[in-house]
Amino acid sequence: MATQDNHQLEIYDAMVHISRGGSGQTLLLLHGAGGSANLKELASKLAEDFDVLLPDHPGFGLSDQSKRLSSVSDLAFYYLDFIQELGLKDIHLVGFSLGGWIAAEIAIRSTTNVKSIALVSSAGIHVKGVPKGDPFLWSPEELVRNLYVNQDIINDILSQEPTSEELEFMVKNRVAAARYAWHPRFYNPDLEKWLHRIDVPTLIIWGDQDKIFPVEYASAFKNLIPHAQTQILKDCGHVPHMDQPEAFYHSLKSFLSETNS
Amino acid sequence: MKFYYFGLMPYGPLDLDYDKKYSSASLVLPNSYFNPKEGNKLYRRYLDELELADALGYDGVCVNEHHQTAYGLMPSPGVIAGALARTTTQAKIAVLGRALPLVNNPLTIAEEYAMIDNISGGRLISGFVRGIGVEYHATGVNPAFSLERFQEAHDLIIEAWTKTGPFPFEGDHYHFEYVNTWPRPFQQPHPPVWIPSQGSEETIRWASEPTRKYVYLNTYSPFEAVSTFFQMYRDIAEKEWNYEASGEQLGWAVPIYVGETDEIALKEAKPHIEAFYNKFLRMTNEMLLPPGYTTLKSMKKIAEAKREMLSGGREISRLMDNRMFICGSPNTVQEILGECHDQVGLEHIVCTLQFGTLPHELTVKNLELFSKEVMPQLR
Repeated sequence: MATQDNHQLEIYDAMVHISRGGSGQTLLLLHGAGGSANLKELASKLAEDFDVLLPDHPGFGLSDQSKRLSSVSDLAFYYLDFIQELGLKDIHLVGFSLGGWIAAEIAIRSTTNVKSIALVSSAGIHVKGVPKGDPFLWSPEELVRNLYVNQDIINDILSQEPTSEELEFMVKNRVAAARYAWHPRFYNPDLEKWLHRIDVPTLIIWGDQDKIFPVEYASAFKNLIPHAQTQILKDCGHVPHMDQPEAFYHSLKSFLSETNS
Repeated sequence: MKFYYFGLMPYGPLDLDYDKKYSSASLVLPNSYFNPKEGNKLYRRYLDELELADALGYDGVCVNEHHQTAYGLMPSPGVIAGALARTTTQAKIAVLGRALPLVNNPLTIAEEYAMIDNISGGRLISGFVRGIGVEYHATGVNPAFSLERFQEAHDLIIEAWTKTGPFPFEGDHYHFEYVNTWPRPFQQPHPPVWIPSQGSEETIRWASEPTRKYVYLNTYSPFEAVSTFFQMYRDIAEKEWNYEASGEQLGWAVPIYVGETDEIALKEAKPHIEAFYNKFLRMTNEMLLPPGYTTLKSMKKIAEAKREMLSGGREISRLMDNRMFICGSPNTVQEILGECHDQVGLEHIVCTLQFGTLPHELTVKNLELFSKEVMPQLR
């Protein structure tokens, strides 16, 4: 595993936190509503082959909330500025849930510096008639039980008392998620009109037992981005890199090597 | 002291075993539990009780706004206030209050309040609230912007009442090219404003600011907390705003039941007050406190405590001990209220004399005993 270093970047009125490590082509990991913590391990592993950046979105984790940003459309422009500021090129965007939505919003605006995108259990669109789960209404325990399929992970998380710092991040992440995604709940009605603009290799990864965005959402994304590849993982919930880490890693790695060749 | 009669208009015939299947009487409780035939009877009954309060000489009658819940059947309080504006003669009509951030056009509230004020000949008290947390689920309004929307909607309404239109209003959340509200309010420059709230320093600082000096009405808190928040109001007024706050700026909403004796009162009230706190108000923390509705600090405290705020299990004796319920003979109730008044110097008591499943006959008895044997001694 490669080590990740911590960096800070001042952008607009906010200081944002990025952990970065490894070398090679640039891989930008965009975390979901729960924050960046559960991506640290994956980031280290990917850093063996890539220059991996894992930022905390403004308002999440160690990053300040910028007053300027109040929607995921804002976050897309923010990340385009972020990419420019850091001089990143040929980026592989990998977005998880809320982060997938951000990745899609970035890509419909500009793929100038984007080499590929992977959407993992992605938010951003709404499929009529397919009820979504509502993490804002679930208790902390219900949330854990609904996020994962693997019972060992569920038991492991529920048996641990969160530290004071973890609680603080949980609360902060929840408020930031609400700010960006409360209504319409986890989607932008305009996004689906423009997904055809994505002109780089695209991978859609989904768990067959996702209780937040059911697997029908993967097909809906595929319909809107016809050139995309789709990988549906078995016995897998909303967080594939936790529920099925090996199958997930394999799918992502083979996609990234294909786009590199 | 002044006394205002208030009831939340709960759906009294609610099947109280609902909580075996549902976690709350709000948001998730199917509306098939509501029987319109009972609804018709209930609204007529509750209007009768409000009108009786006017006839008995209460200083005010109060209504408020709640959505998608069995504990309060007034999603549109202006309907009830409008009826009362015609059928009552002397009491103030207090709407406690309209939930400003929940609407996309607060001018409709400026208009509605101005209508009630005109029809009643200037008897309106205009309450402004943020709406309780669960209503941000019910309406989709983003709780992270609740406070900003509240303050901006308030500014818009006050300007609509006091500035000559048409003029533009240029806010971050609300922007209107033409503000020119007809009718103008009957009371000039505008009806008195009350801010019902569980209490927070930010709210109290805002309400006590010298151009506002609004009445801060604490709702259903233990008296110890009420007393702390009132002191906070006085301290902020003195230290930050350089004036002495009067008791006229302080109000307390509390359920009260008066019986012939302490024993009778306790026996008659017990099932109904326990149903109110444990069944009607029941909800999960996620409903009560959506993210951003309160400060990060208080959200963290609640997460640390791992405590469900409104999960039930409150006994009448505990409710009486911390004065979330005042109950007893006329003498007892008068003594408790007198003591509270002496301790904190509040001037407005919003008496919740109907609560939970309390039936009409007992509500009427409560209204009469309170007005005849408690109120006169405390005036």
